[in-house]
Amino acid sequence: MAVQANTDTRLTRAFDNDWIGPGLVSAVAVIGISLFQPAFLSSFNIFVLLAAISVNMVIALGQLVIIGIGQMNLALGSIGGLVAISFVGVIERLGVSVPVALILGLGIGVTAGMVSGTIIARTAISAFIITLAGLQIFKGINLGITEAQPFYGVPDVVKTFGNGSVVGPLPWLLVPMVICSLGIWYLFNHMRIGRHILAMGSNPHAAELSGIDPKATIIWAHALSGLLAAVAGIMLVAKLQIGQPTIGDDWLISSFAAPVIGGAVLSGGRVSVGGTFFGVVIIAIITQALVMFAIDPFAVQIVLGALILWAVAINRLREVRIQRVQARGATP
Amino acid sequence: MSQAVTDLDPPPHSAPSQGRASGGIRLLLSNEFGLVVLIAATFLAFALTLDGFISPFSLFTIGRQIGIDTMIGLAMMAVIVTGGLDLSVGAIGVCAAMAFGWLVQILGLPIALAIPVTLLFGASLGFINGFTVVKSGVHSFIITLASMSIFFGMMIFLTKAAAFNGLPAEVQAFGKMKYFKTISPLLLISIAVCLGLTTFYKLTPLGRQMLAAGANPRAAELSGIRTGQMVVACHMLTGALAALAGLMVTARTGASVPSMAGHLGQDWLLPAFLAPVLGGTLLSGGRVSVIGTLLGAGFVNVMTSGLLLMRVGEFWILASLGMMLLIAVLADRARQQFLQTKGMI
Repeated sequence: MAVQANTDTRLTRAFDNDWIGPGLVSAVAVIGISLFQPAFLSSFNIFVLLAAISVNMVIALGQLVIIGIGQMNLALGSIGGLVAISFVGVIERLGVSVPVALILGLGIGVTAGMVSGTIIARTAISAFIITLAGLQIFKGINLGITEAQPFYGVPDVVKTFGNGSVVGPLPWLLVPMVICSLGIWYLFNHMRIGRHILAMGSNPHAAELSGIDPKATIIWAHALSGLLAAVAGIMLVAKLQIGQPTIGDDWLISSFAAPVIGGAVLSGGRVSVGGTFFGVVIIAIITQALVMFAIDPFAVQIVLGALILWAVAINRLREVRIQRVQARGATP
Repeated sequence: MSQAVTDLDPPPHSAPSQGRASGGIRLLLSNEFGLVVLIAATFLAFALTLDGFISPFSLFTIGRQIGIDTMIGLAMMAVIVTGGLDLSVGAIGVCAAMAFGWLVQILGLPIALAIPVTLLFGASLGFINGFTVVKSGVHSFIITLASMSIFFGMMIFLTKAAAFNGLPAEVQAFGKMKYFKTISPLLLISIAVCLGLTTFYKLTPLGRQMLAAGANPRAAELSGIRTGQMVVACHMLTGALAALAGLMVTARTGASVPSMAGHLGQDWLLPAFLAPVLGGTLLSGGRVSVIGTLLGAGFVNVMTSGLLLMRVGEFWILASLGMMLLIAVLADRARQQFLQTKGMI
């Protein structure tokens, strides 16, 4: 499931399974915790877990697309927040119907992403600084519109979508998550734009020489990231049943943690949708377990930070190992 | 092998220029000069049009905030020198402020002793960052992203998110102190630190080595500079300056408050990057502008307080600060291109 641009295929395949490590950790964690706390596998708890995983996965995918190109998107959360309050705002204040509001919300997300993408592509200023400016601008617009007060007029359809289940413990929120995940997986594995993103991420000069349009690729990636942020923002509105201006404030750390745990290389060119999924699962399980065992919720922050460091260390070890194998292969 | 996040790697360096005849134009196009003009123009415009903008109290609060923002900016600048960055400045600042509160209020340490201990504490948090960055070879973005979460989480965990309200009266009195009814000692501290840092980067071997290591790590390594040690030293300097900024905020509020820099200390990120970038510090490292950072913070605060007096909602000001950062980097880009086409770089 992992994708890596331009490396020896046999070698890649050997280390290809980015999702196996995090997958094993998730499985062990689920079994371990449920032995101590059988309620962990109760239908209700599974529902709660899956709902959280669904939203966080879409957020992580939004960052993954940008990581693939070797950049970062600090504005992800503020785009999500702006879309969330616009979505509820137009319904409550302007009486717009839900489908129209949905299209409007997604449009805002794509536009916001395209604007930052265009500036980055045109000026070649680092994405870090442009999206930092974007973060403040989108957040400022959000607070300027809402004056930090939430919109309450979320229609019942949306509320049901955010809190109802398809069957048993499977929430409706799974549906957009599965669609987005499959979409991004397909994009990276079978579509030209996905290959271009990874090629740009692993070696921008080589990519440009081989005829890839770097500007268009960057703009595409950021537009896609904005779209995913918008989807996640609307999913959170449905889940929380309220248009909170604070939506998106806490996405930054987890949006990087999940892809990194899933084996993404931050310099770009290597991402794994499956690995990211299990990264999200691990974070959700740990958060949930800390709550169940009544550990200080602030410990989540410490654990998240430690997880990032741990994942970075593992990725480094693997990189070193790949290089050693490559070196051995190179000598006749 | 240890690829840095490519995105943060160099835009073209503006190396010390050779063109001679164009010295005057270059001065006119420098960030510092541009900022002085901008500050003077906006200040004059606001002073003429807005009632109360040049009242002693308004000048005092603007100056005090400039002092604090400058220190936050300098903290980030010290690590940008290496071409890296430190997302955890806010977290370090809050941790240091809380450590100060604990030392003074719970342990009863005299303030004169607690301050150096706090600065050392900040430097040691910076050491953890720098050491991890150098040893792992991973870009500082991801390391400090993790450490900001860990530092902040630890602090909340240990303090139970409660503020230290019982600090000695001197702390708050210092924050409210005025010279000539208008000048805050916090501003004077920042100016003093600016002068100190300018001397440090220009005249001391350590400062020069930091700049050399940032400008071209490989060349620096070849000429005998231990770049790894320099990176660690820069992070420690960042930690100490962030701690000082935390202490200044503590003096302003009169208490050590865990939420003073927002969730995970994220609220400091904008002032931290805005001031140095406005001032002409290169994100790719190797070039600093200490005075530019002071001027950058000055411009931001003159703008902000003017807009506040104009009754622009405080939330819109956040958006306009973001716009300002955007315009600043775009203008900087245009300036560099202009200089290049004229062959001045």
